[in-house]
Formats: sequence, structure tokens, C-alpha cells
Amino acid sequence: MLKSQPTRNVAWTRVLADRAATGAAWLAALLVISPLIAIFGYLVVRGASAVNWAFLTHAPRPVGEAGGGIGNAIVGSALILGISSLLGVPLGIGAGVYLAEYGRGRLATLVRFTADVLNGVPSIVMGIAVYALVVLQQKHFSAFAGGIALGIMMIPTIARTTEEMLLMVPRPVREAALGLGVSEWRTVLSVSLRTALPGVITGVMLAFARIAGEAAPLLFTAFGNQFWNLNVNQPTAALPLQIYNYALSPYDEWHQQAWAGALVLIVLIVGTVCLVRLIAGRGVMKGTA
Amino acid sequence: MNISVRELNAWFGRTQALYDISMEIPANQVTAIIGPSGCGKSTFVRCLNRMHETLPGTRVEGYVEVGSIEIYGNGTSPVEVRRRVGMVFQKPNPFPAMSIYDNVAAGLKLNGSYSRRELDQVVEHALRMAALWDEVKDQLKKQSGASLSGGQQQRLCIARALAVQPEVLLMDEPASALDPISTAKVEELLFQLRSQYTIVIVTHNMQQAARVADSTGFFLLGKLIEYDKTERIFTTPADKRTEDYVTGRFG
Repeated sequence: MLKSQPTRNVAWTRVLADRAATGAAWLAALLVISPLIAIFGYLVVRGASAVNWAFLTHAPRPVGEAGGGIGNAIVGSALILGISSLLGVPLGIGAGVYLAEYGRGRLATLVRFTADVLNGVPSIVMGIAVYALVVLQQKHFSAFAGGIALGIMMIPTIARTTEEMLLMVPRPVREAALGLGVSEWRTVLSVSLRTALPGVITGVMLAFARIAGEAAPLLFTAFGNQFWNLNVNQPTAALPLQIYNYALSPYDEWHQQAWAGALVLIVLIVGTVCLVRLIAGRGVMKGTA
Repeated sequence: MNISVRELNAWFGRTQALYDISMEIPANQVTAIIGPSGCGKSTFVRCLNRMHETLPGTRVEGYVEVGSIEIYGNGTSPVEVRRRVGMVFQKPNPFPAMSIYDNVAAGLKLNGSYSRRELDQVVEHALRMAALWDEVKDQLKKQSGASLSGGQQQRLCIARALAVQPEVLLMDEPASALDPISTAKVEELLFQLRSQYTIVIVTHNMQQAARVADSTGFFLLGKLIEYDKTERIFTTPADKRTEDYVTGRFG
């Protein structure tokens, strides 16, 4: 039986260093997640008591009337986020593919630069821009306009993540497909993009989670609505807008509703992200590196 | 399908990698390409299925005929060429996001539509030819191609190349990343495939060339120095440089 027996000195310092490093790593991890836990905990404390079935399924009531909820805002948010995903996900992934596969010339540099600038555009500016370009043309606020504002905001994150993930697909994997006589565009779609899919989905979810909580771009586009609405050409309620309105009001009962709405918003975002990962994760094979 | 190469030149940017290669590669036998690192062996086989040009800044001039097809001719599509001239690479490169089954079926699935039954048949046949069937038949659709061992992955890549039924099989140092047992399995495979395919194999390993190849070509600094029956290359080569290389006296 062989057993390593280092001298006492060496063993001690190593054990100490190991413990210190492990402890530091744990501490860093705790520090990173503690704000999230604190926020979530505070939301639960302040808002959970107001969350019930009626709150989730009813539209707001006028001041002074008891009850009322955020049902129309949940539906409105889903509608707006659906429109923005339809716009942002294909455009973002398409731009990312372009940058990764053909991204050498001037146009690519321009696209990359534009994406980075777009990422830094304050969301309120995005709202004003879409207000001028869409709302003023159509002469009314709409879920459609809100969806465009949020969709544009999704593009840079998705494009840059897709590009990075595609560039990480090893060249031999692509060569294998080309060597089988698979055409170039098919190789990009069915091999490169498929290999990079988990990373691309992460990018999409990051973009989604970011815009799902945005109120500013919706102020002048979707505008908000106190009633149920499923028409994409009408002003539409959204959770962040509803929270904003309730929070700014002078009434205690509405403040309570704002907390509850914020809690619901966070739960819905986290739930959507988890659900998408679960569904997408089923396609991933065992043993994938 | 025999391959006829005439005055083939290839470049990486401004660096010329191949100089005036002319070579007749007969059908249904194994032809080995040997030579020191950087001599252009890999570039040469990659010119035989138009893979060289997929790297940025590369260029090819000359004539290569596979059977009756002039592969660098006007109007010949590189995609069509690569379907007829299969390739196995140096490092096993299965598609990591695909199951074992999908890896083998990839060439067919991505090029057209086939019924399940057809695909099942092709996959089983290809895996049997690559001597991998018995090891993976119970986990075809459950496991990723990347979960196999290195030797199994390389045989999976061979099965994948065979599944599209090419006429020529190019192998770029297919065993250099494998252990001796896996290497022996791949070499065994070459013997069996020889009757149906034209095989060109690049190898660093001279014993391997001597074991598997009918003819051998010796490359040096981008030129074909000598090309003859394997036996002659290793016993009575005509060129002094070939002799120096095969006897290990070479720098």
C-alpha cells in the first residue's frame, strides 16, 4: 500500500491555503447571490399577502373600490413580449450568424459597432424613438409599438452572444459537415448553430429577462390600459407600467399592489427562463461536453 | 474510381504549399502519403475533395479527375465533389450536439429526405462496416457522439463518412490520436474497405504505411519526390531523399 506522507510543515501550509481559497470562493458566491435573495425576500414580505387568485385574474378597479388586480397587465405583457421576441430573436440570431460567418468586412465592423451602441442606448430613448417612428405615424399607442421598442432592445445582446457562441464551435466540427458534402448554409444552421444552441438560448433568455422588466420604453408606446385588451393595435397594459402607476400613486392600497405586482413579475420572468431551459435542455444529448 | 492528379499547385496566402504534383491513384487500393511535418501531405489530400479552399486566403490550380469528373472544372460544385469523396480527419470530430445515430445519418439527413427505414438501414450498415455496431447498438439515440472514447469516436467518423456512400475515402492521419488497439482496429478496417473504395491515407507512421498501403508517395517541401509500390519505397527507393526518410536518417 502506497500512502503519500508529506512532511508536517508542507502539509499544514497547504491545508491552510486550501481552506482559505475555498472559503474565499464560498464568500464570493454568497456575496453574489445575497442581493438577489434580499430583493426577492423583501418582495415576498411586502407583496405576498396581496397576491391571490383575484389579484392575478382581475383588471384594476378605480380608486376607493376594493379589489382589482393585474390580470390584464399579465396578458398585455405576454402580448408585448411575444411581439418583441418575434422581432428580436430572429433578427438577433440572424445578425449573430452573419457576424460569425462572414464578419470580416467593413459592413460587419459597422454592424458590430451599431450593436454595441444600441446596447448602450438608454431605454427611455428607445421609447421616444419608437414613439416618433411608429406611434406618431399610426396616431395611436399600441402593443405593436411597445413590442417593437422592446424587440429592438433584444437584438444586440442576442446578436453578440450568438456570434460568440458560434465562434466557439470548433472548426473541425464544421469541416466534418462540409466534408460530408453538406452545403455551407446547411452546415451553419444544422451543425454550427445546433452545436452552439445552449449558449444561444442563454443569450436569448438574458435579453428576454432584461426587457421583460422595462417600463420606460413602454411609456410612450404601449402606454398602458386599465382594461382587458387583446388587440395589438390598441393601448395595452404591461406589468412594469402597472407597477409604475401603482407605486407613484398616493394610496397605500395601491402601493401594496405595486409590491405584489413586482413579486409576480419576478416570478413570471424566472419561471419563463426556467421553462425555456427545461424544454431546450431536453434536446441536449447525454455526454455532451 | 481512380484519381488522376496533374500539375496541382496550392497556396496558403502567398506561401506555396504544393508544387506541380502529378499522380495517378488507382481504384480499389490503399495509397499512403508519407513525409515529414509541413511537407504538404494534408494539403494534398484536402485538395482532392476541395476542402483546401474552405480556409480563408487559399488557392488551388491544376487538374484533378475523380473517375470522369474534373473536380476543379467549371461548373463542378464543391458540395457534389465532397459527397463523392469522403474524408476522415486527424482528430475525431463527431458532431457534439447529435446522438450516435444522428452523427452517422447526418450526411444523408442534411442533404435530402429519407424514410426512417432507409436511415435505420444505412446507419446499421455503416456502423457494422466501421466495426462499431456491437459497441453502440444499445445507445444509438440516447448518447452523444462526443461521449464515446477517442477510438470509438474515430470509427464513428469513419461510419459517418461511409454512410453517404462515397467512391473515394480520404484519411488524414486517422490513427494519430488513437492508442495502439484502436489503431489496429482502424487498420483492419482499411483492409476490408479496400475492395469497395479508393483509399488515400496520410500517415506520419511509416510502419503503418508499410502495413496498409499498396502504393506510397513520399512528399518533401511540397513536392512529390517519389511514388511507387509500397514495397519498393521501403526497400529499394530510387531517390536518396526517400531512402534517408524511410530509414530514419532524415532531419
